[in-house]
Amino acid sequence: MTFISDQQPDTGLNIKLQVNGQPVHAQVSVRQHLGDFLRESQGFKGTHIGCEHGVCGACTVQVDGRAVRSCLTLAVQADAAQVFTIEGLSDDPVVRALQDSFVRCHAMQCGFCTAGMLLTAAELLQAQLEPSRDEVREYLSGNYCRCTGYESIVNAVMDAAQTLREARGE
Amino acid sequence: MKAAPFKYVLAQSLEHCLELLGEHGEDARLLAGGQSLMPSLALRLSAPALLIDINRVQEISEPPQSTPDVIRLSALTRHADLITSPTVKASLPLLHRAAPWIAHPGIRNRGTIGGSLALGDPASELPACAVAAGATFILQSKSRGARRVPARTFYQGMFRNACAADEMIVAVEFARMDTLQTGFKEVARRKGDYAMVGLAGQAKRSGQRLTNVGLSFFAVGDYPVLAEPICQAIEAADSASQAIAMALDVYERDMQVSADLWCSSQAKKYIGRSVLEDVIHDLYQ
Repeated sequence: MTFISDQQPDTGLNIKLQVNGQPVHAQVSVRQHLGDFLRESQGFKGTHIGCEHGVCGACTVQVDGRAVRSCLTLAVQADAAQVFTIEGLSDDPVVRALQDSFVRCHAMQCGFCTAGMLLTAAELLQAQLEPSRDEVREYLSGNYCRCTGYESIVNAVMDAAQTLREARGE
Repeated sequence: MKAAPFKYVLAQSLEHCLELLGEHGEDARLLAGGQSLMPSLALRLSAPALLIDINRVQEISEPPQSTPDVIRLSALTRHADLITSPTVKASLPLLHRAAPWIAHPGIRNRGTIGGSLALGDPASELPACAVAAGATFILQSKSRGARRVPARTFYQGMFRNACAADEMIVAVEFARMDTLQTGFKEVARRKGDYAMVGLAGQAKRSGQRLTNVGLSFFAVGDYPVLAEPICQAIEAADSASQAIAMALDVYERDMQVSADLWCSSQAKKYIGRSVLEDVIHDLYQ
């Protein structure tokens, strides 16, 4: 597919992608970032837009299996991609375990950063189920919690890791 | 926090991309990982007329290639690949070691080596690694074809470098070195934040002597430079403790350090001492 927005800079371009497992065809303005597209045109408001310049991590979504900041990706760049927001991942065993642990450990607090925390932590736990507290902190270092509730968030990730290890039969 | 309007083209091939760059030059920006460009658009620090998206250009998306003499990384190699690639781990230990220090996981999943090297942010890790390792950048344009520029002469000022407006970095090559020792240290207020002071280094070790020493500080000046007098002091030493003493002596006397908005030059110079000491220790490991 060739994308050239030639006449008007804000000309819409057609994209085809999968959002939370469902096929989506849409026309997007080339300067719309993926986070705004997911929230405003697709209604997935679990993706929270915080700083809009890549610092806070609240808008983290999964694109082709990797956690990325949706404010630093253009919607047109998601053409042909598999995109998941928190809404589409609650049945994923790792995200599910993390959500349960966040509730159990009081890690949600105001909830603004939570979706980004969950998706970033899920990437860590998918790679390894025995992280140290330091590794968890380091992996989440790009996600701000303005309630400054990091201690309970790290507790929750450690708790989820343990739950998942036990489920695996260890 | 919304970007100013721009036109957008998805480059279909390297040829297509170079054609567009040749035509639009400074009015265009290449969009690779977007982890620096997108914030700069959002903050309206830059407002290019045209964005050329190079993410689907096959020719610059090759996995790391290893030959008997060099290791070649394509421009679109993501920072995360530097951590996971077995070739990088085995043959480019300095990059493998530095990559986890680059920002955060979500940024490393998208950010590219070509983008980081071409931007040359004074506080970023990879330009300093390229200078320390004596890497060679492959630049290409439609009108003049490909040319090779050493990393050590590529950077010329704050966000200024040898890349012309119609040119782009397509790959970077590192000479293969056996018995390579590496050292890397960075101090930041929070892991993944911009460095206050950082240092990348590599050397060959035989017994108690180090040769081919390459050290490049970052976040202390406008662009990464080879700390040549310090490298020479280390090469003249015949033990780790002597190397540290001689290097610190030169550092204290000659090293120029500039402040940034968050950290005074005195503080940076003070931090730099311990960073240098740690990196020399690593080179002797």
